[in-house]
Order: sequence, then structure tokens, then C-alpha cells
Amino acid sequence: MWKFLLPAAAFAALVALFVVGLNPARDIHALPSPLIGKAAPQFTLSDVLDANHPVGNASLQGQVYVFNVWATWCAGCRQEHEALLEIAQQKVVPIIGLDWNDDRAKATQWLTQLGNPYNEVGFDNEGRVAIDWGVYGAPETFLVDGQGRVLFKHIAPLTMDVWQQEFLPRIAAAKRGGA
Amino acid sequence: MSRGAPRAALLLALVLGLAAGVASGVDANGQLENPALQARFEDITKQLRCLVCQNESVADSNASLADDLRRQVREMLVAGKTDSEIFDFMTARYGEFVRYNPPLEAKTYLIWGAPFLLLIGGGFAVWRIVRARARLPLDLDDGSPSNEG
Repeated sequence: MWKFLLPAAAFAALVALFVVGLNPARDIHALPSPLIGKAAPQFTLSDVLDANHPVGNASLQGQVYVFNVWATWCAGCRQEHEALLEIAQQKVVPIIGLDWNDDRAKATQWLTQLGNPYNEVGFDNEGRVAIDWGVYGAPETFLVDGQGRVLFKHIAPLTMDVWQQEFLPRIAAAKRGGA
Repeated sequence: MSRGAPRAALLLALVLGLAAGVASGVDANGQLENPALQARFEDITKQLRCLVCQNESVADSNASLADDLRRQVREMLVAGKTDSEIFDFMTARYGEFVRYNPPLEAKTYLIWGAPFLLLIGGGFAVWRIVRARARLPLDLDDGSPSNEG
């Protein structure tokens, strides 16, 4: 009995390992965020468009919002920009941007030429807020609920498919729960 | 504007204060002036994974995130943080994956134990095979030269 069962079990374990490990849909560089379910890090930065205007997330307590990390040097951010503009038009939740390790003039040009989907954009030229949020590669998009907890993180350019499948259901649930 | 100015002044004061704090512990080459801190800095950054280029350590990587993380480690060392406080800071933000040397705890028992499990499993298999062969009759020699030394 064991002569048959043991190799069969080992083979099944190996198959399971390969199915998970070699799945082409799995992004081997995407890492689960330890922030999920935890309090979103607080920050106060200057507005990328107006150095005298502070931008932070303390005033967003009680609101579901999207936190999008981008930069002008980031090709994926250019790629997701149309989707962000379309999402902003839906006016479902506020979109707060974080301009990461960037140049203020270039970022201003980006927002004026391509359109500005953000309610506000914090200018994080030292990358300190990005470290607090565990950001390792732009674009990254977080969803924060009304209690200020991180609900979800998407590490890749946003698309309308991702928005509809991953974000909208979570936003609807968060708004029901928070109301 | 009138309400923005004091805030900006406060921000500026904070940034300057921070810069002064950093400058006091770091020389022009970015080396910590205290050799003991510099040694700990090198040790810690070698054990942190650069998450942009995941096969490099924070010590080796040229990515700007690695640069920012090195600055963070330096500042925490100057501020008197212990090694474990620095590793906790990193894992709270980037997860266990940021550490090349994961701590021995309930969820990492399998990682640390796997080599020993494999060794025991392999040893058991070898023992079984050797014992099975030992039971074979000795007069198997058919006289073919391939079996001779």
C-alpha cells in the first residue's frame, strides 16, 4: 500500500507546486502588501502643483479613497493615465496621488498636458512617504476604507478591467460597511 | 496664502532640522562617521532585499529605492535604533520578503526546516535501499566482467 501511496502523494505535491509556481498568470515580482487590513500610513506633503499647499490623508478619515503612486519617469504610469482619467470622471471616490521621487516641473507639465485625474497630489521627492506605504515599483494603487484601513493594493498599471473587477466591488462593500 | 505660510515655515524648519540631524552623523562620502554604526549599516543593508531588482541586496543595488532605504537605515542608526527595530520597520512596510535572513518563527519553520526534512527523507530512502540490497542473496555473480572492480 505504502509503495503506491507515497510516490503518488509526492507526485501530487509536485504537480500542485508546479501549477501554482509556474502559472503564467502569476506575477513573480508582485509581493503581498503587509499593509492590507492595517491602518494606512498618515502623511503630509506639499502639493505638487503648489508648494505652499499641504496635502495629506488625515482629512480623508471617514471616506473611501484611492491612493495612486506615480512618477513621470514611470512608463507604466503613462500607460494607466487614460484609465485614471476615466475613473476620475466616474467620481466614485477621491483619487489622491503620490508623485514619487520626481521633478516638480516635469510632474506639473505631465498633469497639465495629459490631464489631472487627482483630487490632490503629494510631492514625495525624498521617497519617505513611499517607504511608509511599502512602495517598491510605480505604479501602485491602494484602496483605503472609511476607517483608514488599507483594503487592497494593485501593483501594475490600472486598467478599466482591474477597476471594475477589483476596485468597484470593494468600494461598494466599504461604503456599505462604513455608512 | 496667509494660512499656508506658517505651515510652509514649519515644514522648512522640520526639513532643515532633519538635514542637520543627518549631517551630524554622515561624512561627505555617505559613510557614517561612527565606525561601529557604519559596520552595522553594512551588515543590515546586506540582509535587506532590494525590492525593485529582487536578486540584489539594498547594499549592492543602484536603484533609487535602495538609495532611499540606505538613507533610512543610516538615519535610524544615527537615531540610536537597534538592528531589530530597523528590521521590524522594514518588514512592517515591505513584508518578510525584504529580509534575506528570515527570523525563526512559526510561519518560517517550514523554510528553516525544509533542508533537514529533505535530509531525513533522503537518509531514510538510502537506508531502505541499502537494507533491501543487503537482503539480496550473495550469489548473484553471473560471472560477467562488468561486475568486477
